[in-house]
Amino acid sequence: MAAKEKAAKEPMPPLNVWLAPVAVGWLVPGGGHFLLKRRGRGVLLAASITCMFVLGLLMRGAMFKPESGDILTILINWGGFLGDIASGILYLLTSWLGYNQPDMAGAVHDYGTKFLVTAGLLNILAMVDAYEIAGGRKS
Amino acid sequence: MPKMTLSHFEASLLFSLFTSIVLGIVSKRTDRERLNYGLYVFGCFLVALFGIGWLMHFGHG
Repeated sequence: MAAKEKAAKEPMPPLNVWLAPVAVGWLVPGGGHFLLKRRGRGVLLAASITCMFVLGLLMRGAMFKPESGDILTILINWGGFLGDIASGILYLLTSWLGYNQPDMAGAVHDYGTKFLVTAGLLNILAMVDAYEIAGGRKS
Repeated sequence: MPKMTLSHFEASLLFSLFTSIVLGIVSKRTDRERLNYGLYVFGCFLVALFGIGWLMHFGHG
């Protein structure tokens, strides 16, 4: 309990300490860890997130686009879009190279869509980890 | 680009594997704890995979 209160009161590390690792971590999955000299973890994160994303593409998953409509449509499409874009360069390259898979019925397509979003969500976790390492909260 | 067709089991297994690796890395503080937690999460995924699979099998009758 006391440890939790102490952790909650820890001041935020200065921007210049964590901004670069988090930004590089977003652009290149695992890149933040490389920048912080955690190469082993960086390799594992890069390999896992990239494999997840590439498998999603190979299964022809659909990319989410922000859409308006009822609350559920907004939540699903904006949430999915943020998940997709969190993959950084993987998402940007895929978009620039013209990948435009429509959302189709079928288990394989559906798995692909989930793999693409999950790759981005895992990259967000990696970015949070890079933030904590840069701020000295983790080794 | 070639299209890959995976079964439910293969897709779930790969999903579990990559997710477990990342969760193991970001969740704990020492390499030993990371390995143990990654294996634990992967085990939980497998239990859920087989458990829910059998549940659906019996649910369909």
